[in-house]
Amino acid sequence: MRLVPILLLSVALAGSFATSLQAKHREGVSDVRQYMLDNGMKILVKEDHRAPVVVSQVWYKVGSSYEHNGITGISHVLEHMMFKGTKTLGPNEFSKIIAANGGRENAFTGKDYTAYFQRLHKDRLEVSMRLEADRMRNLSLREEDFVKEVNVVKEERRLRTEDKPTSLTYEQFIATAFQSSPYHHPIIGWMDDLDNMELDDLQQWYERWYSPSNATLVIIGDVKADHVYRMAKKHFGPIPGSKIKPLKPQRETKQRGERRIKVRAQAEVPYLLMGYKVPVLMTAKDATEVYALEVMAGILDGGSSARFAKELVRGTQIAVSVGAGYNMYDRIDNLFLFDGRPATGHSVEKLEKAVREQIMLLQTTLATQNELDRIKAQVVAAKVYELDSVFYQGMQIGTLETVGLNHKQLDEYVSRVRAVTPEQVQAVAKKYLIDERLTVAVLEPENKKQEEKQVSAVKGVEDAK
Amino acid sequence: MRNKFLILLSCLLISGHSYAGPKIENWKTANGANVFYVNAPGLPIVDLRIVFDAGSARDGDKAGLSGLTNSLLDEGTGTLNADQVAEQFESLGAQFGAASLRDMAMVSIRSLSDNIILDKALDLFSKVVANPTLPEKSFQRNRKAMLVGLQVASKRPNAIVKKAFYKKVFNAHPYAIDGSGTEESLNNMTRQDALNFHKRYYVANNATIAIVGEVSRARAEMLAEKVSSGLAKGEKAPELTKVSALSTGVVNRIEHKSQQTHILVGQPGMHRGDPDYMTLYVGNHVFGGSGLVSRLSDSIREQRGLAYSVYSYFSPMRENGPFMMGMQTKNSQADDALAILNKELKEYVEKGPSEDELKRSKQNITGGFALRVDSNKKITEYIAMIGFYGLPLDYLDTFNARVEAVTVEKIKDAFKRRIHPDKLVTVTVGGK
Repeated sequence: MRLVPILLLSVALAGSFATSLQAKHREGVSDVRQYMLDNGMKILVKEDHRAPVVVSQVWYKVGSSYEHNGITGISHVLEHMMFKGTKTLGPNEFSKIIAANGGRENAFTGKDYTAYFQRLHKDRLEVSMRLEADRMRNLSLREEDFVKEVNVVKEERRLRTEDKPTSLTYEQFIATAFQSSPYHHPIIGWMDDLDNMELDDLQQWYERWYSPSNATLVIIGDVKADHVYRMAKKHFGPIPGSKIKPLKPQRETKQRGERRIKVRAQAEVPYLLMGYKVPVLMTAKDATEVYALEVMAGILDGGSSARFAKELVRGTQIAVSVGAGYNMYDRIDNLFLFDGRPATGHSVEKLEKAVREQIMLLQTTLATQNELDRIKAQVVAAKVYELDSVFYQGMQIGTLETVGLNHKQLDEYVSRVRAVTPEQVQAVAKKYLIDERLTVAVLEPENKKQEEKQVSAVKGVEDAK
Repeated sequence: MRNKFLILLSCLLISGHSYAGPKIENWKTANGANVFYVNAPGLPIVDLRIVFDAGSARDGDKAGLSGLTNSLLDEGTGTLNADQVAEQFESLGAQFGAASLRDMAMVSIRSLSDNIILDKALDLFSKVVANPTLPEKSFQRNRKAMLVGLQVASKRPNAIVKKAFYKKVFNAHPYAIDGSGTEESLNNMTRQDALNFHKRYYVANNATIAIVGEVSRARAEMLAEKVSSGLAKGEKAPELTKVSALSTGVVNRIEHKSQQTHILVGQPGMHRGDPDYMTLYVGNHVFGGSGLVSRLSDSIREQRGLAYSVYSYFSPMRENGPFMMGMQTKNSQADDALAILNKELKEYVEKGPSEDELKRSKQNITGGFALRVDSNKKITEYIAMIGFYGLPLDYLDTFNARVEAVTVEKIKDAFKRRIHPDKLVTVTVGGK
């Protein structure tokens, strides 16, 4: 896959709290062992002996939010190029060796991270370590490979964005909501930047960010932690660390009123996106607010019994689908998102009005104990269910560490969510779900333009009056 | 230098791995449902899935009925309405799921294994599966939502190409039916159709139950009785007709306003339990089934940079499911890419894989066997599949040995008999 992250997709396609809960919690990380190499590389190991397998992930602190205009998408293109060989390996040979060792592998790029992973039989862990250590320092960036691979990435962009009306809408929406914040950039990059990317840009990007002092190794599976540490020390230890120049904060400039855009694309059904700027765990002065926002997402969209499904899908039947989503583990301030599609016979305006009514309800009336109890039960269970996937646990640990949090904060999740009160939910709804923080985007089906033109022609006359 | 490295690594592998799969136990409930169970201690979770032979292949002239019926199960049972069903499941922390494919209609639940929680969750689950009210209001709502889904899909090149492909490959066979329905079929559907469908197919003799988790055999038997006892005994769904081979090649070019052209090329392939299954599976692994190291990916993506995603696979079903090759590329390159795709297939059918390619694929499949069954979720999916298709209980135990038995000659022979490059369905969806 070499994919642009799940986050982007899942958020764009409507968050469900049930899944986002799973995305955010795991069982006692007290059993995660932490090591640090002299060169600054962090190593986190969790033993899980249920099956004779291991997952290995190398996380780099670099992603689209580290980029600036003109080179957007470079982190993701570099991720692709990381499979193109080193001083000792030819193009794609990395993948061939992993495959011949029974492994599955891939990589993903997000706003705040670039990560590479292998899933293997536990006996093969050293193969992946040797190869990852090699490409951390010895990547060969060759023009002939780059020319082909950047075309692959452009095809990826066409597939994921250009020909997907909801993705196009999401991309424009995000770029409207964020002006000075680097969350403005699409992870995959603007097509024009991909068209003008040069090998030398990649070389510089690689040298700047790919270093043990900017990386975290996460290993989960049927292994012994100390053994993993010794192995990691052997392979990654000799790579010299480097001084990573810290990023400028690039805080988002103050929004001075609601923003609203239309996106016309090849579509049949309209689509609504709304986002309010909110703090995340990394930026919040008071973490209580972050957990209250999390619970708020659960009240609205934490499953089939939550308000959106109950009121807007089954009740008034205004929406075919409607979601609320919030990711508290981003690196910098992000959006509390709403999205949805109106049911037949209802306009997107009506859907927006219905969502706003739900928001107002949160601001004026306290959530019930019943709702909070249900969310708490879901949280407790989801925490256990997550343990069924070693990969997922790795994702969580890696994400937290890479955005600048501590993986131990995963441990607090359940108790912090359980401590949230109805009053706290009301308070964050009042403080953050306000027009000065809001951006709205509407996908307008292109082939419906004809009808609309007629309508607006009539309207135009009315306006003239 | 780099070759040396590779050889060194491959030497390590020769021994290969042989693992037994999870121990699968099988019995029948009092009213005839077939149960498959794996005891998986370690996590306090129980997964239970019921698979009915009630997928879209049973839609008949009412395309979409299987999916619509399946989507209505948790909309109410007895005196409980949809809100109450959802509240009860979710306040237990239980996760209910339902899905309908071509062969299978599935209903699943994941719950904590705590006795009180599990009992409550499965009580409700049993009622939802056996005695759903399928209320008129919900029926209409979901029917309309499916119509909106059709509108959305009508603009998605990936959806358009897939629908057209199945239609051309399967023609009059029920596998040609698209489970999302058609405007016409959905407009003519009534709640009574869903009631009839449920009554006919959601019955014990048509059910396969998979149970995986921290639960003893004795308790698993009780659970299986609990979730099946409400089901009517009923009858197994009738056998599907055989899929006919194509007599000629078919090309279907669909104009669509998009930057990329989506391409699917294929024909009827193989079925579950097919004598050629493993040979075709391993053969395809080399050809287009091993992700970034497959021949197709090497030719189309690595060598030429033509596509982000290019693959081939067999989708084995009760009867012969499709074999397909797929990719997407910008419109101006579509014809060239299609020609390469066809050339690669032709060459592979004629010459088969090299010894080295086969060796690598075998190493990947057998060396990665443990990854197939490393979670309760995956084990549940496997045993539901094994049970539903009547595969041997040692299917997983013998998996690696059957992979090892595949040879270049067997692949060449099987591909020549089963894949006909002159009788392929080709569908393209895109602009100029």
